[in-house]
Amino acid sequence: MDLGRLKNKQQKETFLAPLVSLRQVKKVFPPVRGGNPVHALGPIDLDLRAGEFFAVVGPSGCGKSTLFELIAGLAPATEGTIAFEGKPIAGNVPDGIGVVFQEDSCLPWRTVRANIELGLRKSRLPAAERDAKVGKVLELMNLTEFASHYPAQLSGGMRQRVCIARTLVMEPRLILLDEPFAALDQQTRLLMGEEVLRLWRAIGATVFLITHALDEAAMLSDRIAVMSARPGHILEIVETGWPRERDSRILEDDRFGPTAAHLWRLLRNETLRAADAR
Amino acid sequence: MRAKWRIPLLRLLILAIGVGVLEVLCALDIIDRLTMQPPHQIFLDFIHLMASGAINQAILHTLKNVVIACAMALIVGITFASIVHLIPPLREVLDLVFSTWYAVPILAFYPLLIVVFGLGDLPPIVIGFLQGVVAVIVSMLDGLDRVPRVLRKLSRVQKMNRLETALLITLPAAAPWVLTGAKLAIMFSIIGVVASEFLMAREGLGYELSYAYNNFDNARMYPIIVLVIVFSVLVNSLLFRWEAHLLRQRGLRS
Repeated sequence: MDLGRLKNKQQKETFLAPLVSLRQVKKVFPPVRGGNPVHALGPIDLDLRAGEFFAVVGPSGCGKSTLFELIAGLAPATEGTIAFEGKPIAGNVPDGIGVVFQEDSCLPWRTVRANIELGLRKSRLPAAERDAKVGKVLELMNLTEFASHYPAQLSGGMRQRVCIARTLVMEPRLILLDEPFAALDQQTRLLMGEEVLRLWRAIGATVFLITHALDEAAMLSDRIAVMSARPGHILEIVETGWPRERDSRILEDDRFGPTAAHLWRLLRNETLRAADAR
Repeated sequence: MRAKWRIPLLRLLILAIGVGVLEVLCALDIIDRLTMQPPHQIFLDFIHLMASGAINQAILHTLKNVVIACAMALIVGITFASIVHLIPPLREVLDLVFSTWYAVPILAFYPLLIVVFGLGDLPPIVIGFLQGVVAVIVSMLDGLDRVPRVLRKLSRVQKMNRLETALLITLPAAAPWVLTGAKLAIMFSIIGVVASEFLMAREGLGYELSYAYNNFDNARMYPIIVLVIVFSVLVNSLLFRWEAHLLRQRGLRS
């Protein structure tokens, strides 16, 4: 966007303001059955820019999913503030945020179409408009011919596409993905990654991805936050510098290997530390 | 033979063998006619009794009581289980009650129910309800335990209130288990209602059975027994098919 076209200072500030900002965010879980409190995360300072593809990698148990739940508004932070579009997130999922979970969250008793329509039940759109919207998302996700199938009739990858479609139909400005391809084989993961990149370009939303897979993070993201072992904090944010138009063939790029290697260099000690702690 | 038909045909064969053995035992007078009519005679009596319409009133009466008892067991059971599921300490307290419920002969309370409710329809309905309700509660709790955590998170992401969460997520997710409870509730309700009518009521299939039994009227008693068995098996089969359909739809059964 040409900033010169924005008329006043306030408009420019709004445009440049981060979509999500975390300030000194900390999460401590209370003690369970006489144990000690668990300091899971933070303090974390982080800004997500509008329209970027941002990934978080880190060793197991470093608090990635906790960070995800805090930004999604599914859990409150113990300390610090989290804001989405300037408004604080206080333990409720804000409008404009769509969430895709690691686990299959399709409702098995609803058809693919009915699963996607779930996201629109509060929209009060006329039936025809609602149908058109669902039809568009079905088409975008290449699910049109499976609209009347039940999730049990689909593969794991397709079920995850249904979950993404259910999120997209709500037209979120921020899409949170919590290891959505973890249960898929490597080839399907790469292809799903391509699809997510295609959708990201098509809808222009910001994507926040939690992943274990360094190659997935390196292929998909504009920026990657590398987290330390628990209590998780951000060690470094790596800028990939990829063009917006990209797909899995970026793996052949000369810069891909060094980017993934750099991520691993940052993570190796932390992973060993996390393993020792277990 | 297609695998699909093998099991039903096997069931029919076992039934036919059982009936055949009874027929032979009756024909050889090993079972005397005062004890039991031969199966072919029971069948003819059954056709005659149903065609005469002599017990239509009793059938409707018992059916009405069973439906009311069952509906109460389902409504109260599902609601109560949903509340108990939200309060783990209450569940811990009640678990013992649920697990020992069927060790208590509920029919023993029948005289007390007559004192409280009189000789009308209420005592059989209450017995039928008490027989069925705990099966629904236990199955519903089992179903609620099995609702995946991710679906509860989904309800928050979709900004559902408690009612929407119950109607759109938890109840449908628990449906196959609720159906298992419903199957048991129907069977227990039929047993409770018919047994109560048998003991003291003045109407219904149970009363007709008792009357025929006391008057050595085998031509009436056995057809009524057959009617109760056929009805129970039919209802159970329909629910079983529905349950199987739900499980297949969810990929939980091939």
